[in-house]
Amino acid sequence: MASDSIVNWSLLALSAPGWGGVLLQGFVNSIQIAVGGFALGLALGVGGAFGKLYGGPILRDLLECYTTVVRAVPELVLILLLYYAGTDLLNQVLALFSIGPVDISGLMAGIFVIGVVQGAYSTEVLRGAIKAVPAGQIEAARAYGMSPLKVLRRITLPAMLPYAIPGLSNLWLIATKDTALLAVVGFSELTLVTRQAAGTTKAYLLFFLAAGALYLALTLVSNIFIGMLERHARRGFAEQR
Amino acid sequence: MTDQTTHAVAFTPEDLPTARSFFQPHRIVMMVVFAGFVIGVAVFMRWDWLPRYLPRLGWGILISLVMLFSTSILGFLLAVPIGLAQVAGPWFFKLPAKVFCTVIRGTPLLLQLWLLYYGLGSLFPQFPAIRQSFLWPYLREAWPYGVAALTISFAAYEGEVMRGAFAGVPAGELEAAKAYGMSRWTMFRRIWLPRAIHRALPTLNGETVLQLKSTPLVATITVVDVYAVISKVRQETFLTYEPLLLLALIYMCLTGILVVAFRTFENRIPTRGA
Repeated sequence: MASDSIVNWSLLALSAPGWGGVLLQGFVNSIQIAVGGFALGLALGVGGAFGKLYGGPILRDLLECYTTVVRAVPELVLILLLYYAGTDLLNQVLALFSIGPVDISGLMAGIFVIGVVQGAYSTEVLRGAIKAVPAGQIEAARAYGMSPLKVLRRITLPAMLPYAIPGLSNLWLIATKDTALLAVVGFSELTLVTRQAAGTTKAYLLFFLAAGALYLALTLVSNIFIGMLERHARRGFAEQR
Repeated sequence: MTDQTTHAVAFTPEDLPTARSFFQPHRIVMMVVFAGFVIGVAVFMRWDWLPRYLPRLGWGILISLVMLFSTSILGFLLAVPIGLAQVAGPWFFKLPAKVFCTVIRGTPLLLQLWLLYYGLGSLFPQFPAIRQSFLWPYLREAWPYGVAALTISFAAYEGEVMRGAFAGVPAGELEAAKAYGMSRWTMFRRIWLPRAIHRALPTLNGETVLQLKSTPLVATITVVDVYAVISKVRQETFLTYEPLLLLALIYMCLTGILVVAFRTFENRIPTRGA
């Protein structure tokens, strides 16, 4: 076929015959899930890290099981398990209160699934970062009579941030890439809509390369912001190397 | 990806429990509760499909492991020149290596896999030269694309690790080698490469576990690994949880074996001090 040698750019047009608008909508969905999942993961991670460091022996062991399972089982398998188990469990709980089953939106399920996986990762990152805070600083705060919550808010969280940011920024990049796995459970994020567009038009290379460019742009833009954030958090630190 | 992050996302030897750590009162109670849970799962859930699928599951696990080891080894062989080019190469090696790592690490593996399988796979048949070549019978299968995508991904992540490892070898050791009159190649072979690999070994553990966690993606392009076998079971028996729980257990066992093997290997390398 002669027309194959020339790239048909009109396929990427934003309006109806082109698929550009659909791709961008998928991209927005991906970013939404990544942001939501990362935020949920961060919340779980802060709780998990403090539980692992200061909790009782049983809580500590349970958290260890959580992080071990998530780090030893493929994300794809976890996503399937959490996706089915999460929606099932919610509907059973609702049935217990005699409320009919609800249709959980794909977005919520996606955020939940990515969040639980990210939670285990950020637990480990934050635990390492909190351990890197000099113990004297936390002891000094306690000596001033601060309540545990105030120590957390005023000392531990700000002081651990410079140590946590490299790990957390990597987790953010992992979160953006893990959203692609939701294509397997049929959520229309960027990778799945790309495959649909490519399958319909048979222009496989064009669409997959376009989607790759979008993901890459997200990573590169994130890297710029991460660099700024890191410089801000490390101000006042002695320059290394 | 830094060492810290690899440790956070992949199970590594530091996390292995010691034998003595099990015998604490609260842990014994927890293990009893867990055993009860396992027995409940075994009794009250349906497992009658298991014997029928056992041979296929075995094959699936074998395919997964072959995928893991072939792509890790090939990927590592690619990662050494990629890391070296970024540390010591001239700009026309340095730049492509850097771009390769950035692009591959900046896009999802699933997308790369589908790009190769659907994209290149739809392109190849249009060239008669490829259809007549001896490679054609292989290019019609799915697994070469899976191997290629996993290898490229491993090479990019590990190339970045090797860059750090090559750069981190103390300059004094290389100077000492030079003072002994070693040629550049001898120096690389005897000092630089072994020291870099030694430095990269803990991260290499983590990356290999991450690679194991990536292998089920090849099931999406019709390679029949253990994940694909379980998907088949789910389609045929209409069960949701049982096959997935078994799959999670299989992957946990594989990860555990891998991590123990790595620790044994690491302990064989003599180090001074720690």
